[in-house]
Amino acid sequence: MKQAHFQIAKLTFGKNGPYDLSCGPECIGIKGVSGIGKTLFLRALCDLDPHGGEVILNGRKLSEFTGPQWRSQVGMVPAESRWWHSRIRDHFPIQMERDQIVEMVNTLGFKPEVLNWQPSRLSTGEKQRLSLARTLAREPAVLLLDEMGSGLDSANLQTVEQIVLEYQKLKQVTVIWVSHDDDQLHRVCDRSFTLLVDKLIPVEETSSLQNKGQ
Amino acid sequence: MNVTPLSSLDLSIAAGLIVILAVLSVRLNLGLGQQMVVSAIRMTIQLLLIGIVLQSLFATSAFWMIFLISMVMLVAAGREVRVRLKRKIRGWFGFGVGVGSMFISSFSVTILALLVILKQDPWYEPRYAIPFLGMLLGNTMTGVALASDRMTSLFFEQQEIIEQRLMLGETWREAIAELRKDGIRTGMIPIINAMAAAGLVSLPGMMTGQILGGTPPVEAVKYQLLIMFLIGAGTGFGVICAVIMIERHLFDSRHRLRLEKLLPPEQ
Repeated sequence: MKQAHFQIAKLTFGKNGPYDLSCGPECIGIKGVSGIGKTLFLRALCDLDPHGGEVILNGRKLSEFTGPQWRSQVGMVPAESRWWHSRIRDHFPIQMERDQIVEMVNTLGFKPEVLNWQPSRLSTGEKQRLSLARTLAREPAVLLLDEMGSGLDSANLQTVEQIVLEYQKLKQVTVIWVSHDDDQLHRVCDRSFTLLVDKLIPVEETSSLQNKGQ
Repeated sequence: MNVTPLSSLDLSIAAGLIVILAVLSVRLNLGLGQQMVVSAIRMTIQLLLIGIVLQSLFATSAFWMIFLISMVMLVAAGREVRVRLKRKIRGWFGFGVGVGSMFISSFSVTILALLVILKQDPWYEPRYAIPFLGMLLGNTMTGVALASDRMTSLFFEQQEIIEQRLMLGETWREAIAELRKDGIRTGMIPIINAMAAAGLVSLPGMMTGQILGGTPPVEAVKYQLLIMFLIGAGTGFGVICAVIMIERHLFDSRHRLRLEKLLPPEQ
């Protein structure tokens, strides 16, 4: 299995940046005060918004790919999912076998019938778990999670964290997890950073900065 | 074959009905009285002016005058399309969508009809060119405006859905497949319905006019069929053209949705 190498070089968007970060196959946590641009950071990484600087995946620059090619490798799970087809199943790749999808949703605690459901039947927490599933089904090399877990109870949260970490280890991918929950970042991430307007700083340094300030 | 001329008194009687309606509206507190009178006066002035313009135009048949008038009509139609959008497109492009698609839908179709079907001498004979262009512009404008309005509104309402589809690696075409179908349908349904209802529910205006003018009904029907086919095709081409222009404008080459190209909605 090829190990992911995901590099962010002088990334800018709006008034933010430049950000530099080099990631291997690991889980990176990102925190920051609300409104600082955490979601915009993820959107820039998957090329949904115009941005400056470079993002490089396994030695190849973002600009070498078309938008859709890039986003099938750098998959983002939004904070609140939307659904557009009339059945859940249709949100998974057409070429994917039904058995594979069943197995996948099963690990997330769903019965196979859920695939025939209309999305409107799902609760917020169920939507969030299935939204993770539909992104994982595309097997991205980099997984961007925006506040994944804010709508989940503790049991489901544990399942989701476990599945993300299993996927990360199995496929040797990079996970970038934006969260406001320090405990969660501590639990799941190998390294965590605080997003400031002009830089990313390791969380340990953030707390020492705060201590100095006090 | 001549129409009975209308005297000023004849018209005054008909206008009197509008005055009665306006008085009634004031009594019923509908708040429409003033608007109705202003609109009626506007219409009277506009139509009298165009009557005078057309009369002198038909007398000269000068190509540059017909060209000038048709340009004025095209620009006015383009402006009208822009005004009817709830979510307007920033800058000149907002105007260009209307003018561009109306040019395709009305101009080219009218020119085709003049050259190939009507074959007058000269081909731009204003007695044919101006009414045909006017009818095509007026009717296709409705379709183009409806489709453009629907498209820009849907882009706004469904921003999250479009972007989440892009996040899963879909191309912009895949991400808006249903949406563009909806936009094109919205623009074309009125003319499709009008074709189905023509003759049963309504007698189209042009045919009625020709019959009043003394044309045998079957001949009038042929002209009406001609104009309806032209309008139907023109509306379809114009709507598709407007939808393509809008979707290409609102996505960039990286398949990103660029909603900042739309103005915020007016209150």
